Amino acid sequence: MKKAIQIDEKDNVATVTSEVPSGETIEVLSPKGVVILKPKAFEIILFGHKIALADLKRGAPIIKYGERIGLASRSIKIGEWVHTHNVESAVVPTSEFKVEDA
Amino acid sequence: MTEFYGYERPDRSVGVRNHLLVIAPIDCSFEPARRITDQVENAVAVTQHHGCGVNEMVVNTLIGVGCNPNVAGVLLLGLGCETLTSEILADGIVKTGKPVQTVICQNEGGTLKSIEKGAHILKKMTQQTAETRREPFPLSKLTLAIECGGSDATSGLAANPATGIAADMLIDEGGTVIFSEPQEMTGTQNILAKRAVNEQIAEAIRRMIDHEEQRMKAMGIDSRFITKGNLDGGLTTIEEKSLGAIRKGGTRSIQGVLENNWSRLDKPSHGGLWLQDGTERDIPSVTHMVAAGAQVVAFTTGRGSTTGHAIAPVFKITGNSETYARMTDNMDINAGAVIDGSETLQVVGERIFNTIIEVASGKKTKTEALGYRDFAVFARDRIAEHLLGFC
Repeated sequence: MKKAIQIDEKDNVATVTSEVPSGETIEVLSPKGVVILKPKAFEIILFGHKIALADLKRGAPIIKYGERIGLASRSIKIGEWVHTHNVESAVVPTSEFKVEDA
Repeated sequence: MTEFYGYERPDRSVGVRNHLLVIAPIDCSFEPARRITDQVENAVAVTQHHGCGVNEMVVNTLIGVGCNPNVAGVLLLGLGCETLTSEILADGIVKTGKPVQTVICQNEGGTLKSIEKGAHILKKMTQQTAETRREPFPLSKLTLAIECGGSDATSGLAANPATGIAADMLIDEGGTVIFSEPQEMTGTQNILAKRAVNEQIAEAIRRMIDHEEQRMKAMGIDSRFITKGNLDGGLTTIEEKSLGAIRKGGTRSIQGVLENNWSRLDKPSHGGLWLQDGTERDIPSVTHMVAAGAQVVAFTTGRGSTTGHAIAPVFKITGNSETYARMTDNMDINAGAVIDGSETLQVVGERIFNTIIEVASGKKTKTEALGYRDFAVFARDRIAEHLLGFC
């Protein structure tokens, strides 16, 4: 089964450890290795990307590493892919946000 | 109570290696210094490339390295006409009570005579210091430096959080942990400041990261943006990227910011987690943490770094199983099982902790087995720092 790792117990997102095809069930492992959730992927989720472990309202903090990595820019459903389309940085305002090539 | 086996020095610090260090205060005298070490076991030569004027950051670092407990004795091999004299360094190192001697090329009459004299001195020092035996010590005598380099998408997921667990374990048993690379802390000012033991240290953390962001801005880099490669790899914000890097230092309270500037090079005054205001360049970063007293270095990597250090054992942890398999010469620990779900972060973290103790007690790391002697000194540009208003 496809897996996702919750790095800190406080996290409301987990990172998938391989590419997950749409419709596939994901086993979410806590830091202690316990399966805490088995959400279904709504869409393809690439390796290293995140899924939500709870329903999140717009403006809710996104927690990874036990810390806030950003804010939900719209409501997010449990199991949904979490990335720039539904999260914004709390440090860099969205209006200023741009992507720089490496 | 976990213990490690190390060598006690006259100042009661504890080394995990028994190196004899030949310091060329300026690179002009490095070649004879290096040749001396060819002739003596456990001897290693280092120098710096910032000129022979007195740059206090360079002076403080070289003194710090000479004082590191992994060094049993020091030979200064000077050219003779440098402003950064061997005496300046000797005065700073001799306070530790370890043997310190000096050979000056221009006084001895050239390379061959200097090598001969230096080799004799080191041979005597070897015999003198070889009598020291490893004895058990509590982890309060151990300082771990944590560095990362050649990161990839697995770093923030496996190697860094697992190393963070080991850092927490070491601190909980009285040990000391240092991590640096303020450039990688961008955007986490408030997150790290919240973990400071008091408001003064919280302020020092914010100032350190702010200064680093201003330096990057002066170079034309906006540190708050992340690259397309980061985004494609799944990193969403600068906070997430930086947190993935700083997680390697664990989750404990921050005891202080170790300054490294023209007036001083701070060392941790007690156990716990410390940040160093250093550099993101791997080899000089490790050197600076070693100058602050770190005896062992845990180095996380994704794509695979090969670097070691002249006087501190460096061991590599990768979360990328492919890198581990492909670069078996260089990788010590595979944290990749976290990715395939066959091991938890906790289990890998405990393995890293055990490795820290084993390496501290004498187990050779892959970089040591390869005879790596990486060394570089980091010094900021004083003119630029002055123009930025930082000094």
